Amino acid sequence: MTQLTQILLAGLNPSDPNDWRLRNYEQREGYTALRKILNEKIPPDAIIGEVKKSALRGRGGAGFPTGLKWSFMPKQYEGDKYLVCNSDEGEPGTFKDRDIMHHNPHSLIEGMAIGAYAMGIRTGYNYIHGEIWDTYERMEEAIDEARAAGLLGDNILGSGFSFQLYNHHGYGAYICGEETALLESLEGKKGQPRFKPPFPASFGLYGKPTTINNTETFASVPWIIRNGGEKFLQIGKPNNGGTKIFSVSGHVNKPGNYEVPMGTPFAKLLEMAGGMRGGRKLKACIPGGSSMPVLPGDIMMRTDMDYDSIAKAGSFLGSGAVIIMDDTTCMVKALERLSYFYYEESCGQCTPCREGTGWLYRVVHRIETGKGRIEDLDLLNNVADNIQGRTICALGDAAAMPVRAMIQHFRDEFIYHIEHKKCMV
Amino acid sequence: MLSAESLKKIDHEVTKYPADQKQSAVMSALAIAQDEKGWLANETMDFVAHYLGMPAIAVYEVATFYNMYNLQPVGRYKLTVCTNLPCALSGGNDAAARLKQKLGIGFNQTTADGKFTLKEGECMGACGDAPVLLVNNKRMCSFMSSDMIDQLLEELSK
Ligand SMILES: Cc1cc2nc3c(=O)[nH]c(=O)nc-3n(C[C@H](O)[C@H](O)[C@H](O)COP(=O)(O)O)c2cc1C
Ligand code: SF4
Ligand code: FES
Repeated sequence: MTQLTQILLAGLNPSDPNDWRLRNYEQREGYTALRKILNEKIPPDAIIGEVKKSALRGRGGAGFPTGLKWSFMPKQYEGDKYLVCNSDEGEPGTFKDRDIMHHNPHSLIEGMAIGAYAMGIRTGYNYIHGEIWDTYERMEEAIDEARAAGLLGDNILGSGFSFQLYNHHGYGAYICGEETALLESLEGKKGQPRFKPPFPASFGLYGKPTTINNTETFASVPWIIRNGGEKFLQIGKPNNGGTKIFSVSGHVNKPGNYEVPMGTPFAKLLEMAGGMRGGRKLKACIPGGSSMPVLPGDIMMRTDMDYDSIAKAGSFLGSGAVIIMDDTTCMVKALERLSYFYYEESCGQCTPCREGTGWLYRVVHRIETGKGRIEDLDLLNNVADNIQGRTICALGDAAAMPVRAMIQHFRDEFIYHIEHKKCMV
Repeated sequence: MLSAESLKKIDHEVTKYPADQKQSAVMSALAIAQDEKGWLANETMDFVAHYLGMPAIAVYEVATFYNMYNLQPVGRYKLTVCTNLPCALSGGNDAAARLKQKLGIGFNQTTADGKFTLKEGECMGACGDAPVLLVNNKRMCSFMSSDMIDQLLEELSK
């Protein structure tokens, strides 16, 4: 497959300010999947089967198989069920959902409508990160367009199928990206994660069965229905279907979103992003958003960009945020900033996370400011141990994993900081 | 009390949720109230609580949990600059330093003329456009080099 394979951002013309509109989307085969499903009355199970075949995995961070998630929704349930899109993109380094919503909002709407049909859901919410107001307004306009064209709302295209979709915005809380915190927030409360189980498929929004997927996950669905799950799978690799948008940030010449087939070599992605800024050397890369373990540059250069390859290399694909650091980067300083972030954003419900993230930040800060002790490295690992696996949600793990990986791969640099009270780079 | 225009906007938000779940509109109602008033005084939050039929304490909880609500008066322009790692690798801290120097204030401070408040922000989901900053929560400014910051401040000072 060539690097130009695109599904989510295919056929977009960046110089046309109206390219996001319904008319343009329809010229790119938009809404043909939904029309086909409704015209031919394709059975919901067949749609879920197609999504399963595609090996589409959740693009929000956890990589859970989407078709399987959809099959968990109770079929015979009589009351309301909800479909929720997680567009609360706040994982540092990630900026792909914003581009999907800004440039191709109808792909998300169509994907959600198909999902709603497949799971027998009549109401959906799209929870949008509070900081991207113009994107929220764009989504409001796109939903109005779809509704006016009879593609959303009551009795869609005369099929008898109804689906109402609404946008909801956040207002500055990273934790609301966690799916159960997001549900609490949608209910008009503080965004504090819920204990699982029960899972959202049985007890979700307003206590009703709910399915939550990421923006990019939903936006992949129309293509899968149009072209078949098998074809999507073939674009990627077994167990890693389709394309993925990687948000490349940091020390590259052309930061931005790059959509490539799963399994594309990292070296190729780096080249697409214009290579290293100033021709400097790649020191390290966080391949899946700030919550994932950092990897040294040489390991990355041998790794392919898909869930299984990155896991084998010792990190995770996560949200697909690729943070690139060159040899001028101080890893202690980098970790200090990330630790501060998790400390600030912990919702405070679980003691190990609330207290532990504070400890992590203070100890890394102390090393960074030249007041560290050599025992601090063990202390950091110890605090991380006491957080991981002992909290309600995965933010605790997200705070602990980067600390562990930084110390593992860049131990010398931490020791230098402690011994010389200054930076190595 | 809020203006008729704000109430109309809140009423629209309320229609998005089931009739017995008006509370779901609290986040947007507070954002709308803040746009009108500049910040969320207790009486503004009490009004929102009353309007949505929820206890005042439940509204305070929401307002204090989410970072973009102003619980104290801010300058006419609140500038929130992202300094998280991906932005920091591409000049986020330089942008923050420039703002501090030009405005003569630090984070969480307001200029003496009441024009600008400076805040440190977390990832805004726009790291490819670093450095980024937000004006009054709604307007995102990208690629904020020193020149761009100077231009923005000049524009807002008029
Ligand atoms: C702290 C934390 C933050 C998260 N942030 C996001 C986010 O911004 N966007 C997202 O889609 N998923 C995020 N997730 C993952 C969600 O909980 C959930 O797994 C995902 O939305 C499911 O959709 P998917 O299966 O399509 O990936 C986050 C998880 C945690 C623990
Ligand atoms: S792990 Fe942290 S963020 Fe998650 S619920 Fe517990 S305290 Fe809140
Ligand atoms: S780190 Fe600044 S916008 Fe993401």
